[in-house]
Amino acid sequence: MDLGPHLLLALLEGCVAAFVLAVTALGLSLVFGVMRIVNVAHGEFFMLGAVIAWWITSLVPDAPFWGFMLALVGAPLAVGAIAVAADALVLRRLNYQPEATIVATIGLLYILQQLVLSIYGPDARPVVAPIQFRIVFPWFGYSGYKLVAVGAASLLLLAAWYGVTRTKFGLIMRATQFDRETAQAFGVPVKRVYAAVFALGAMLAAVAGVLVVPLQQAHYLMGLDPLLLSFIVVIIGGLDSLKGTLIAAFVIGISDGIISVFFSPTLAKIIATLAVALVLVFMPNGLFGGKAR
Amino acid sequence: MTFADKRMRVLALHAGLVLVLFALQFLLPDYDHTNFTSIMVLATYAMGYNILVGYTGLLSLGHAMFFAAGLYGAGMGVYYFALHPVLAFVIGSAAGLILAALIGLIALRTTGVAFMIVTMMFAQAAFLVTLYFNDVTHGDEGLTLTQAARGFELLGWHIDLTNPTLRYNLALSLFTGALVMCLALVRSPIGRVLVAIRENEERTRMLGYDARHYKLLALSLSGLLSGAAGAAYVLFFGYVGSSFAAIQYSIYPLLWVLLGGVGTVVGPVIGTLLMFYLIEISRDHTSSYMIVVGVMLVLLVLWFPKGIAGTVRARWWGWIP
Repeated sequence: MDLGPHLLLALLEGCVAAFVLAVTALGLSLVFGVMRIVNVAHGEFFMLGAVIAWWITSLVPDAPFWGFMLALVGAPLAVGAIAVAADALVLRRLNYQPEATIVATIGLLYILQQLVLSIYGPDARPVVAPIQFRIVFPWFGYSGYKLVAVGAASLLLLAAWYGVTRTKFGLIMRATQFDRETAQAFGVPVKRVYAAVFALGAMLAAVAGVLVVPLQQAHYLMGLDPLLLSFIVVIIGGLDSLKGTLIAAFVIGISDGIISVFFSPTLAKIIATLAVALVLVFMPNGLFGGKAR
Repeated sequence: MTFADKRMRVLALHAGLVLVLFALQFLLPDYDHTNFTSIMVLATYAMGYNILVGYTGLLSLGHAMFFAAGLYGAGMGVYYFALHPVLAFVIGSAAGLILAALIGLIALRTTGVAFMIVTMMFAQAAFLVTLYFNDVTHGDEGLTLTQAARGFELLGWHIDLTNPTLRYNLALSLFTGALVMCLALVRSPIGRVLVAIRENEERTRMLGYDARHYKLLALSLSGLLSGAAGAAYVLFFGYVGSSFAAIQYSIYPLLWVLLGGVGTVVGPVIGTLLMFYLIEISRDHTSSYMIVVGVMLVLLVLWFPKGIAGTVRARWWGWIP
């Protein structure tokens, strides 16, 4: 293949990665923005989404399409329930104190990951894509499912944007984010908003996990990469800015795709992690974030 | 209780701890004998971590990079340049110190959650570097040091670091040295300033102390002990691999210190000892033994944030440093 088709392939791959990453990172960004906590277990919700999707689709072996649709609804609901439980049992009791919460979510990360290891096992298991068609370019064929995943992810992002900016719940959420005490004084049930936001963040990660599972198999350690990438995206995009998160997800997803095709993925990750550390130190509001309040 | 009385008790507690550890080598079966050797080395690492988190109030999630700097500094020195083990130990410790000072120059501009994430990212980059330079480090497979490379002559004696008795007592010496250093530090004026920074950084700065200077000192000493522990670990056990630089080795000292008691001198060794055996026992029963780490972390932050020694201090022995 020449450089041109190679670049097109890299761009397509990057695009798929970027959309999935945007959905995952949006979850992390929402939770950080509203609740002011860093959820280190976020990647495990992604992994749970993928693993539960495998389990649901394996229950319906004859109808992969309907199995997958069921997974697309069921897996996020199950993960959301787990997140609500984690919020009530652990995070709320810590009163969302930032440092204690990080330690607790590290604990949660190991608990979820190791539970999946002991129940589901150490194997990577594939899920059949719900639709089988290939788009044939003159140089190579491309899996149609990947484009469907991109479409589904962009619908989700649109829905999330609509939810945050145009609905009553979005308004309540933004009010809580802006000033927790005043919101409480105005009758906003802050505790319930927190539980809902934590569940919503987890569900976004889970949906991303379901969308990805036909492409990369379900495995108990698959949550670590999306966690790290989401951290990178949320920090570079600005801790307070959903728009920044989205822009950063596309920049990083696409450049990660391109760099990984042409260079060593490890080198790309080294550069990205160092960049994140430096951004957090020297530009704590991110590259796209506004001024600190 | 008079001041001299208190000093005697502190001395008795810590000297007693060292004596017990010395006596244990004659009682322990072979298997636990080796375990205690690594526990003492890892406790040194935990004490180094505690200087930063317990006495300065900075929670790091990236100490594995300092531990690994010691491991790789000493390990590669012996493996590639056939360095004298003592020199390799010095180089490994210095590597921990220098890396900590360099990281501190950048990371200490942040505090709290940002500091946690920044140290975690640097440590992740360091871990990836050990994978990227696979030709030199052999990545996960790691480097194994031969028995011959881990022996040397000293005043006509042949010192063989694979000898269990010798290894135990060298680990005990390292541990004792770190214990004395921590005691001296926390009871010195510098230690008092560090605690003041932990309690209220603004006020400490207002009193005229350069907080960043003191925090850099604390991080460097923390890195020095972590590096020394890493260097000792590779010389005693003859292996270094990427897994020692992974996030897990940043979480372990956090867990050891939380369990034993944040901001106490004896806490880290208690936490290391208990967690080491807890993980060993659960490893015999299940392959998902890391769940113990997760459950302990959650339980400790929820219900036991002071840890063992911290609770003892709050309830009974107010004099524990």
